[in-house]
Amino acid sequence: MLEVLSLGFMQRALAAGVVTALIAGYYGVFVVQRGMSFIGSGLAHAAFGGVALALLLGGEPLWIAVPFTVIIALLITWVRDRTTLSLDAVIGVFFATAMALGIIFISRIPTYTIDAFTYLFGSVLSVTWTDLWAVLAVGVIAAATLPLWGRWAYATIDREAALADRLPVRLDDYILSVLIAVTIVVAAKVVGIVLVSAFLVIPAASARLVSRRFLQMTIISLLLGAGTAVVGLFASYYLDAPSGATIILTQTAVFLVCLLGHALAGRLTRTPRSNSS
Amino acid sequence: MSEAIEVNRLEVQLGDYRAITDVSFSARPGDTVAILGPNGAGKTVLIKAILGLIPGAGGEVRLFGRPASEVPPEWIGYVPQVKTLDRSFPATTCDFVVSGKRRSWPGRITKREHEMASRVLAIVGAGHLCHKLLGWLSGGELERVYLARALVREPRLLLLDEPATGIDIVGEDDMYCYIEAYQKRTEAVVLMVTHDWLAARHHASQVLLLNRRVVSFGAPEVALTDESMRAAFGHVGHIHRPCPEARDA
Repeated sequence: MLEVLSLGFMQRALAAGVVTALIAGYYGVFVVQRGMSFIGSGLAHAAFGGVALALLLGGEPLWIAVPFTVIIALLITWVRDRTTLSLDAVIGVFFATAMALGIIFISRIPTYTIDAFTYLFGSVLSVTWTDLWAVLAVGVIAAATLPLWGRWAYATIDREAALADRLPVRLDDYILSVLIAVTIVVAAKVVGIVLVSAFLVIPAASARLVSRRFLQMTIISLLLGAGTAVVGLFASYYLDAPSGATIILTQTAVFLVCLLGHALAGRLTRTPRSNSS
Repeated sequence: MSEAIEVNRLEVQLGDYRAITDVSFSARPGDTVAILGPNGAGKTVLIKAILGLIPGAGGEVRLFGRPASEVPPEWIGYVPQVKTLDRSFPATTCDFVVSGKRRSWPGRITKREHEMASRVLAIVGAGHLCHKLLGWLSGGELERVYLARALVREPRLLLLDEPATGIDIVGEDDMYCYIEAYQKRTEAVVLMVTHDWLAARHHASQVLLLNRRVVSFGAPEVALTDESMRAAFGHVGHIHRPCPEARDA
C-alpha cells in the first residue's frame, strides 16, 4: 500500500481528492440544510459550458471555466433574489442554457478532443500540478471563511431572524454561491462534472442522519468526505475502476450505513421538516 | 420620558397592493401596545416594517430617539407569527436560545451561556426542553422557545406577532405573566399582534386598531369602542351560533 503512495500521480490524486472532499463537505452542510442540493448539479453542468468554451478558445480550462461558472452562479442567485421563482426552477433554466452553450462550443472545435470527456467523468489520476494548486487555493479560501460558519448557520436555520438582526444575508447568499461554483469547477477535474454534486451532498446528508447538532454535522461531514476520498481512491487503484465513480460509491456505502444507524436509533419516522406552512 | 417607538405616516406597498397607509402612533418605555384588526389589516406588515424587513417602506420609524436602522439589533426581540425556521436543522433548544443572544449560530456553548439559556427557558415554562431537539417540539413548545430566544438578549423592544398561537389557555395566561414580569423589571416596550380582544383589554396599556390604516389608537377603553370595532371588523362581536349553511346542507 505504501508503494502506491510513492507514485507522484497518486500523491497528487490523494491530496486533490482529500482537500476537495473537505471543501465540499464543509459547504455541503449549508447546501443540504438550505435545500440547495440541486445547485451542485446545476453548477457542474454550467462548468461544462465553461470548459467547452475554454477548449474552443484554447488554453488552461480552469481560467475560463471558473469565471464562466461564477457568472452563472451569480445570475442564479440574482434571479432567485429578484423574482418569485423557486431556486430549482432558476437553476433548471441556467444549467440547461450553459449546457446547451457547451454543446455548441464543442461542436465548433475542429478536431476531436478527449479533454471534454476527462471533465465529464473526471480523472483524479491525471491531476496536474496546476489542478492541485487550484484545489489548495480554494481550500485556503474555504478555511478563511470558517469565521462565517456561525453567521451562515444562523441564516440557514432562520433566515428571517438573521435579516431582522441586520446580518448581510443576501450578500452571504452571493458569497456562498460563488464559493460553491469555484469548488465545483476545481472538483470537476477530480470526480467529473457528472458526479461532482455528490461531493457536496452525500457526506453532508450522511452526517445529518447521525447528528444532533450542526457543529457535529459539520465535523462528521468533513471526516466522511475526506475518509471516503482516501478509501475510494485506493479502492479504484486496486480494483482498476474509475476513481471518481469509486469515491462516490464509497460515499453511498457510508450513507447507507448512516441510514441504518438512523433507523436503528428509531429516528426513521416522519420528522417535522418546516413550520412555515 | 422620551418615546420608545415613534411611527410617522408609515406606508407599505407590496407590488400593486397598498398594505398599510398613513400609520402613525407612539409608545413609551413600559407600554404594551396590542395591535388588533381583521385578517389582511396589515398587522404583520407593520411589525415587519418596524423591523426593517420590508425594503422601500415609506414614512418614518424611530426607536428610542434614533432611526430604526441605527438601533442595535440586540435591543429588539422578535417572535414571528409564522415560524420560518428549518425544523430539519440539527439543533437543540438550548442552541436556538443561545443563538438569540449571540446573533450567530453557536458551535460550542459555554457553561455561562448554557446557564443563561436554561434560566430564560425556565422563566417561560420550558426549562425541561433545553436538550430536546428543535424538530421535535410541539407548536406550543416552539412558541415558548421563540419567546425565550427573544427574551435572552434582554431587549428594550419586544415585537410579538400572535404570541399565543398554539398555546393552551393556561399557558397563554402564563405567557402574559412572563412578559409583564419582564417588562416590570426592564421597562421594555411590547408591541403585540393579537386577535384576542380580551387579552388586549387586560394586558395592554394601549390598543392600535388597524385596518390598513389606523382606525383608533389609545387606552383599551378608548380605542375599543363599538364604533371603532364596527369600523375595523364590520361588527362588534362574535357569538357562536349554528351555521345556516351547515343546517341547510
